[in-house]
Amino acid sequence: MKLTMASSPHNHSHKSLTRLMLTVIAACIPGLIAQVFFFGTGVLIQLVLAFVAVTAFEAAVMLIRKRPVWSALSDGSAWLTAVLLALSIPPFAPWWIVIIGCLFSIVIVKQLYGGLGFNLFNPAMAAYVLLLVSFPVQMTAWLPVTDLASNPIGFTEQLRLIFTDFTSTGYSLDQVRAGVDGTTMATPLDTIKTDVAHGLTVSESMQKPIFNEWAGQGWMWVNLGFLAGGLYLLKEKVINWHIPVSFIGSLALCSAIGYIAAPGTEPGTVFHLLSGATMMGAFFIATDPVSASTTNKGRLIYGALIGLFVYLIRTFGGFPDAVAFAVLLLNIAVPLIDYYTQPRTYGHGAVK
Amino acid sequence: MEKLLEQIQKGTVWQFPGGVHPPQQKSLSNGANIARLPLPDKLVVALKQHIGANGKLLVEKGQRVLKGQALTKPVANWSVPVHAPSSGIITEIAPKPSAHPSALPELSVVIEPDGKDEWCTLNPISEPKTLSHTQLVDIIHQAGISGMGGAGFPTYIKADTKQKIDFFIVNAVECEPYITADDTLMREHAAEIVQGIELMQQLLEPTVCIVGIEDNKPEAIAAMTKAAEHNNKIIVQTVPTVYPSGGEKQLIKLLTNREVPSMGIPADIGVLMHNTGTLYAVQQAVYEGKPLIERVVTVTGNTIHKPGNVWALLGTEIKHLLDCQGFSPVPQQRVVMGGPMMGFTLPTVRIGVIKTTNCILAPDHKELAEPGPEKACIRCSACADACPASLLPQQLQWFAKSKEYDKLQEHNLFDCIECGACAYVCPSEIPLVQYYRVAKVEIKEQQAEKIKADRAKERFDARKERLEREQEERKNRHKRKAPAKSDDEKQKVADALARVKNKSNDGNEKSAVAAAIARAKAKKLEGQNTEIEPDNSEVAKERALRKEQARKYKEQKELSEDATTPDDKKSAVAAAIARAKAKKAAQAQGAQTNLNDANTAPADDKKSAVAAAIARAKAKKAAQAAQANTDDADTAAPTDDKKAAVAAAIAHAKAKKAAKAQGAQANTDDADTAAPNDDKKAAVAAAISRAKAKKAAQAQGAQANIGDADTTASTDDKKAAVHAAIARAKAKKAAKEADKIEQLDESNSTVEQADNVKYESSEADSPAENKKAAVTAAIARAKAKKAAKEAQQTQSDEDTDQVAKTEPETPSEATPEQTAAEKKKAAVAAAIARAKAKKLQKEGNDQS
Repeated sequence: MKLTMASSPHNHSHKSLTRLMLTVIAACIPGLIAQVFFFGTGVLIQLVLAFVAVTAFEAAVMLIRKRPVWSALSDGSAWLTAVLLALSIPPFAPWWIVIIGCLFSIVIVKQLYGGLGFNLFNPAMAAYVLLLVSFPVQMTAWLPVTDLASNPIGFTEQLRLIFTDFTSTGYSLDQVRAGVDGTTMATPLDTIKTDVAHGLTVSESMQKPIFNEWAGQGWMWVNLGFLAGGLYLLKEKVINWHIPVSFIGSLALCSAIGYIAAPGTEPGTVFHLLSGATMMGAFFIATDPVSASTTNKGRLIYGALIGLFVYLIRTFGGFPDAVAFAVLLLNIAVPLIDYYTQPRTYGHGAVK
Repeated sequence: MEKLLEQIQKGTVWQFPGGVHPPQQKSLSNGANIARLPLPDKLVVALKQHIGANGKLLVEKGQRVLKGQALTKPVANWSVPVHAPSSGIITEIAPKPSAHPSALPELSVVIEPDGKDEWCTLNPISEPKTLSHTQLVDIIHQAGISGMGGAGFPTYIKADTKQKIDFFIVNAVECEPYITADDTLMREHAAEIVQGIELMQQLLEPTVCIVGIEDNKPEAIAAMTKAAEHNNKIIVQTVPTVYPSGGEKQLIKLLTNREVPSMGIPADIGVLMHNTGTLYAVQQAVYEGKPLIERVVTVTGNTIHKPGNVWALLGTEIKHLLDCQGFSPVPQQRVVMGGPMMGFTLPTVRIGVIKTTNCILAPDHKELAEPGPEKACIRCSACADACPASLLPQQLQWFAKSKEYDKLQEHNLFDCIECGACAYVCPSEIPLVQYYRVAKVEIKEQQAEKIKADRAKERFDARKERLEREQEERKNRHKRKAPAKSDDEKQKVADALARVKNKSNDGNEKSAVAAAIARAKAKKLEGQNTEIEPDNSEVAKERALRKEQARKYKEQKELSEDATTPDDKKSAVAAAIARAKAKKAAQAQGAQTNLNDANTAPADDKKSAVAAAIARAKAKKAAQAAQANTDDADTAAPTDDKKAAVAAAIAHAKAKKAAKAQGAQANTDDADTAAPNDDKKAAVAAAISRAKAKKAAQAQGAQANIGDADTTASTDDKKAAVHAAIARAKAKKAAKEADKIEQLDESNSTVEQADNVKYESSEADSPAENKKAAVTAAIARAKAKKAAKEAQQTQSDEDTDQVAKTEPETPSEATPEQTAAEKKKAAVAAAIARAKAKKLQKEGNDQS
């Protein structure tokens, strides 16, 4: 009888890459639902476009690299990138925005560096930054909450708008974006920033209809949705608590200090935590395992510095939202952080 | 310490980082009592079942042994004996597959049990308290007990620890899934185990003994607690079920909160640990006098019909265990020795149980799935979270794959206990532990090589130094001796030099030669030649000699030189030819003496050799019926070594051609006759004549057979060469038969024959397929004509004169006044001219 040889251990926990990635995608759903509810189904169209694009690009690169295609696709990492990218861009962005984003993130940021596990930067965030810097107009064309929109449009109209830049009735994106009072709506963070620059105080700015008493109307719920998803991930032990906790904690601390120092011009902790991409960044973006620090101590430092950078760029930088930039900046610092945060091995420098 | 003791006695259990919770699967095998198996057909007892060295064999093939009889005795450090597990005959002592994934053969004793299971004499001790420390340790040693928990460290060494032991820990944790051997042993033999503990307490005198048991073994906990309740120094402590809490370092941390220092042993921190099975064996060795010959093995897995624990005799083949418990293998069956986390697969079931075999696991694929393909690491750090040693497995595998050994050391690779928890949780299914095992071995190899290299370098440096030192000494030795030359020595040296000088001044020839040189110099001074005389005094001497001889010949022969030609050159040529003819005549007349004179005259070896060559050449010509003798000049020419060589070469060539054309056997004879009296000369001459003979033979062969001639004239050079070789061989034979000396008569006759033959050959030549053949034929005809015209020499002389107008004056007429250089040039030019002449003659005669 021929016996098979194998190396120990012979049993396995049945944790798999595919399961991991699909769990993360599943945890995005509450945030997605909130986005659809408040801002329309545009995000779903972007999602579908992104899925198709990443599948095509990943398959193409795998064929060029002469590697098995399905084994690379099936680990779900490309689809996760698609989801995160689709959630980060404005819902009515033209179709080619998301295609270019997917191309850059999959082919250049991920595969050219060596494929899964070898990329230096977070692929979704690198693509987002590329798009933001290259196409600022399209990438800042955020929508008002549907309630506040002056020209709300249906699903087919949205499709038309995304693929042809105009609705059937001839409205352009800007017109669709206009709020009930005729002005085009910006995101809450953007509004606060411009208002403060114009001399208004924060409380005055927050009288605008886009805000509720805490933060931007739709945006607050989107963030809460992502928070819920993130807590689910923690429970499933898909991610470690170190990065979200340190990120949120650091951002909260910085914004609190800012608020205490200048209450008139600083929106404060709750606003920061519930606006923009804070929660999504904390649980889904900064926790991307490949580009984040890999030691637990390192993760604390990594998350904390991201929080700090988010605050600094939001308050003093040129962009309203800063999660993508902060994450990319800290991706560069990860090898250094890893080197200096090795845990103490058993038997080395022990107490007792 | 006090505080710690308090905490321990309260039942505090600490924690170690990481750990995983694989499905336990203990219920498969912990239901029944430990079974006894029938005796197997053979027992393969490996000599080394522990960490350390083999014992020395006490038995031999064919010997009958009793159960428990020692098969080896301990010799070196760390050597533990093995014993016969049952009575029987030793059928073999040979290398057998070892209990290792490689199954590399290791020396084993194969016993065929005779079924009687007869014990040897046992020495049970009922009162071990009366034993001394050394005696007790010796009993443990001789009983062959080594750690049965998995590592196999010799127990007697641990028992003999010199360091102070605070905590003696009994490892009854059995954290690996599937294994229940210790569990059932504790349930059935708790009292004996406690006796074993007490023996160890007698040896080590620890402050307290802690028995660690996982909380998934409630019956065992109960049994041990009951058995130990009389001894207040034994604490039975339950620990939570986590893998790998049974690892030595982890258990120590759990129970005492102390950490074993890296690269150290637990005794360094006052802790010592033994497995329950080991303690049972110790008890058996002391109280029953029984050596270690069997152990509890869990045979389990979904493919086993009756999973459970058995008493397995050491050396029982795994096959026997599987057969006894029933085994239905699945395709791609794995048989694992050990548990699923740290056990290794066996390549064959024909391997004997050893002291550290605690489980045989034969799973199907439902309970232990086959590993999937390895994917890339996503740095999720699930492995780092699981590692009980707080390592960074994701970094370690990165460095192991890229072979960065120094980074691996930095990340404490050697602190890895290879528990497998990291690979268990890895979502990418990377075989992490395998990478670490390989990396560890590579690093160890590298270190060993470095040590070797360092030693080699040391040796090399020392050797270099030694050689340099010796060289220095030698130099100094030389320096030391040089100035110490005594006057006597100097005188001796001077005398020797003088003798040498005197020697060189001996000989009439020298004086004659010197006279010639003097004359030459005088001439030079007179201004006849402005050329600088080259330094070739010897050559000059030779030339002078030859000149004298030539003059003699001239006088003797009294041939009418071509005095009509006012041209010096012409006259020289004519003179040369005349001389040659004279020589021939002399030869024809049997005037061998001339040759001999020519040959014997020079006392100088060189001269003699040259003369010999000349003579031979002349002989050739004579033998060839004097047709092929524009070489006359060649033979007469040599006043110069060079000239002689050139002449000789040309002569040889001509001779070859002639030989081919004529096939004159006489050539060989002539060559032989030309051999001078001098032995050396004779040898040289013989060699040359042999060569000529070869040529002659070639020619002979050619003439003898039209076919041969054809073949020699064949277009294929190779064939010609082959035939030439054959001809040479024949010629050699002929040469050997012929006398070397005084066969002129024969030569004469053969010359005549050659003449005739030559005519024949020229007609017999095949219609000139080969240029060479035609050429040689022509030459032959020319020579024949020449011979015919011998009588009318003048005519031929005229012919040659006309042709050889440009020939410079031959050295024979050259006066000593002429410079050596001129003579040289003259000779060379003469040779060239002669060659040309030949050519022309041949062409001229072709038509005739």
